[in-house]
Amino acid sequence: MAERVLIDGNEAIARGAISAGCKHFFGYPITPQNEIPEFMSRELPKIGGVFVQSECEAASVYMVYGGALAGARVMTSTASPGFSLMQEGISYIAEAEVPAVIVNVMRMGPGIGTGGQHGQTDYRQVTKGGGHGAYRCIVLAPYSAQECFDHMQLAFYLADKYRVLVLVLTDFIIGRMAEPVELRTLEFDPLPGKDWALKGKALKDGKRKFFVSAAFNYGGAPPRYYQHMAEVYQKIKDSEIRYEAYREEDATLLVVSYGSSARMAKRAVDMARAEGRRAGLFRPVTLWPFPEEAVQQAACRAGKVLVVEDSPGELVEDVKFAVQGKVPVHLLGIWGRYTPKGGIMTGGSGIIYPENILEEVRGLA
Amino acid sequence: MKGEVVTREKVYGSPKLRVPLPFRFFCPGCHYGVIVRLICEVLEELGIEGRAVGLAGVGCSFGPIPVAIDIDFTACPHGRAPAMATAIKRIHPEAVVFTVQGDGDLGAIGLGCFMNALLRGEKLTTIFLNNACYGTTGGQMAPTTILGMRTTTTPEGRDPRTTGYPLHAAELVATMKGVAYSARCTVHTPGNFRRAKKAVKTAFQKQMDGIGYGFVEFLSACPTNWRLSPPDCLKFISEKMITEYPPAEFKNIDVSELPVEWR
Ligand SMILES: Cc1ncc(C[n+]2csc(CCOP(=O)(O)OP(=O)(O)O)c2C)c(N)n1
Ligand code: SF4
Repeated sequence: MAERVLIDGNEAIARGAISAGCKHFFGYPITPQNEIPEFMSRELPKIGGVFVQSECEAASVYMVYGGALAGARVMTSTASPGFSLMQEGISYIAEAEVPAVIVNVMRMGPGIGTGGQHGQTDYRQVTKGGGHGAYRCIVLAPYSAQECFDHMQLAFYLADKYRVLVLVLTDFIIGRMAEPVELRTLEFDPLPGKDWALKGKALKDGKRKFFVSAAFNYGGAPPRYYQHMAEVYQKIKDSEIRYEAYREEDATLLVVSYGSSARMAKRAVDMARAEGRRAGLFRPVTLWPFPEEAVQQAACRAGKVLVVEDSPGELVEDVKFAVQGKVPVHLLGIWGRYTPKGGIMTGGSGIIYPENILEEVRGLA
Repeated sequence: MKGEVVTREKVYGSPKLRVPLPFRFFCPGCHYGVIVRLICEVLEELGIEGRAVGLAGVGCSFGPIPVAIDIDFTACPHGRAPAMATAIKRIHPEAVVFTVQGDGDLGAIGLGCFMNALLRGEKLTTIFLNNACYGTTGGQMAPTTILGMRTTTTPEGRDPRTTGYPLHAAELVATMKGVAYSARCTVHTPGNFRRAKKAVKTAFQKQMDGIGYGFVEFLSACPTNWRLSPPDCLKFISEKMITEYPPAEFKNIDVSELPVEWR
């Protein structure tokens, strides 16, 4: 068995990337993901890699773009405001069809948000694309340190396989919670070589590569470009949808949740079962492509859905779309956080505890 | 060179790296085409076409230059070429990596990106195209627009009270540690073309020798947006542009400025 260590999700992200052969990291400090660049700055020089602390997240994403064009496995990590700053670059990476991985350890709220506080309020931006031009990125949502480690390996594989950007979406709780992680190396199918990498044409039998724009790549014809991308996205939808279904076969209430909220929801499902209530959990692992069909089938079997997310309601939109009005969909959002009574912090700085979820479940199942 | 046969090819044939294309890229009288030729000649003469990687900024150089020079090349988002070049150079240190950027691209939207590449002491080369305006988008004011010059966003002429002062990039770059070479050139006469070629060659050589960043600013005619005929553009360069932007070598060092304890 591979070595087991006690590390937080952020370190698991960094270690997972390195075990995937990513030797180059470009990033800018922001809470709650600083452990990732700090780890990389320490470890990458030891293995002949590149660590650059950029001047802003826009620069980080362009360094990632350059590194991806250079044919290397490259990444950056950031948190919500920094992710916003990266949108133009993300759009360009998607246009160029070069593989790269970006991690967003999200924190709560728009603008500066609540600095260090947890939350899941980037779902819509990350899954629907905050940049221009109708592109798609694969989005993975690990819910444990082990998954952070494993998903980074998967992310680099999928990025290379489809030549797309893969976004790994975690949050403060997943990023900073320490858990045992087995440092296992996952096996993947072989990948084609990167004969398109920019590194000097002498290294490519004298055949140069140049890149101007997507339209240019497809004979100046935008419909041909979008046709090609639609085919790529369809292939991804056909083979890369991932989710976890937990105690849901005989459930009469389907709880749908992802990331840190899914940890709470899983516990709540067990608590409900102990009371004889037939709750089950559906946890999307790929947020794009979203497991639409699987959600719909599980929802219809159960007859009722409760979405749990630490946000005013974003995942719930995808769930409603998947369910198509066939069964009722309820939301336990950021208002479901535990609020200490009588203290100074009465603003809901707590989390959505399993007990909060259980209370909701009791009303529905 | 003694004993060299002077042929038609040699005098006015296209450089080997210049990709022949069926349509015109630049407006008549634009100096960008001359600068493309100059870059091709330098790459060939240094024998680095096999390991050169070019990055073009957004502007009139965006599409044409990556297409026209037969080396690995990419167009970049507006102002971001230095960040992308940084990654390529760091990952492939044996490559010779250079950016070609307009004055809006490098001097306005991308100034922070460019300055930070200099501050990090990257080993890159930058060709800076100063045509005193935003060519592509219709001749708006650029950071390099001369005081009093009319553009589509300074219809009464650039007024320093509301728009500040022109950017002197080559002088600014020369003040920075980590820079090995900084010069300003023109291509508006054959003599200046030759001097410019030497400057670009030197700027590449500094990168190849690991001494530091190489920077060459070109004063470049934009007949379309200056609303002048190509010959009048030459006059505008020699009378107005050169007064504001004197061609010169502002920095040329042969030994890296790295403190000895870091070498
Ligand atoms: C983010 C962004 N903003 C604006 C533009 C529009 N734009 C295209 S070219 C250009 C001006 C480029 O001017 P300059 O760098 O001087 O190059 P020139 O056109 O003169 O060669 C602008 C503003 C863009 N492409 N991207
Ligand atoms: S607009 Fe100006 S810079 Fe652009 S191609 Fe025409 S003359 Fe050259």
